[in-house]
Amino acid sequence: MNKTQYLYAAYVVTWVVHIAYLGYLARKAARVRREVEDLKR
Amino acid sequence: MKTAFIVFSLIVFALLTNGLYQALVAAPTEATMGDVQRIFYYHVPSAWTAFLCFIANFVASIIYLAKRNQKLDAFAFASAEVGVVFCTVVLLTGPIWARPVWGIWWTWDARLTSTLVLWLIYVSYLVLRRYATGGQTATIAAALAVFGFIDVVFVYMAIRWFRTQHPQPVVGGGQGSGLHPAMLHALLMNFLAFAMYAGLLLWLRYKLERTSHLVEEAHAARAIAGDAR
Repeated sequence: MNKTQYLYAAYVVTWVVHIAYLGYLARKAARVRREVEDLKR
Repeated sequence: MKTAFIVFSLIVFALLTNGLYQALVAAPTEATMGDVQRIFYYHVPSAWTAFLCFIANFVASIIYLAKRNQKLDAFAFASAEVGVVFCTVVLLTGPIWARPVWGIWWTWDARLTSTLVLWLIYVSYLVLRRYATGGQTATIAAALAVFGFIDVVFVYMAIRWFRTQHPQPVVGGGQGSGLHPAMLHALLMNFLAFAMYAGLLLWLRYKLERTSHLVEEAHAARAIAGDAR
């Protein structure tokens, strides 16, 4: 790997972590929304 | 509230886009390391943002222990989780930067080791929150957060107290330290972007935690009402 590839790897890894966390939050939000709907019924 | 969230999200997106431009295009190339030094503009602001989250967790935990307010407990939990995300980024980007510059991925110096310990402390906090049962979980987690925060201070001071492989501070490091103004601008722009992004995540996570808690309380109330019948 040359130095520029390490640079891109660091930036890609950063955004993979953040996107994975956003995905986790989206799944959690959908579950909570379902639970709220169940309670309303 | 929904409009405010959308406006805040758009501002954060614009700041992150600007931060990326500042880091990869606007900041000058460092003389000895070359382009790989640009990892600095994500690595350092991520570390500072993680510190901010852990400070928020510490303050909320102390007030929670004094007042036992559920909102503060939810805020402490949310700030620890967001802090762990940013600390994970620090622990991943650090070795990727170290490999081409130091020739090694990792070394057990005071800064690196204490940062790994910091990550483990807050992951333990999250595991405790996730899997512990019983009424004292929030109190035990708050106590862990208060003692765990000591390591935040240690991580920050490690490169000032010890001779480490990790570089000495370039911002706030006293005489001889400092950055080219364009580099400092790129660093601060990325810190602003990451801090605002963390604020957005914190807002989202706190709302989710509060709603989950209210749903649990409603289920419990229903169960009690069912038993009473």
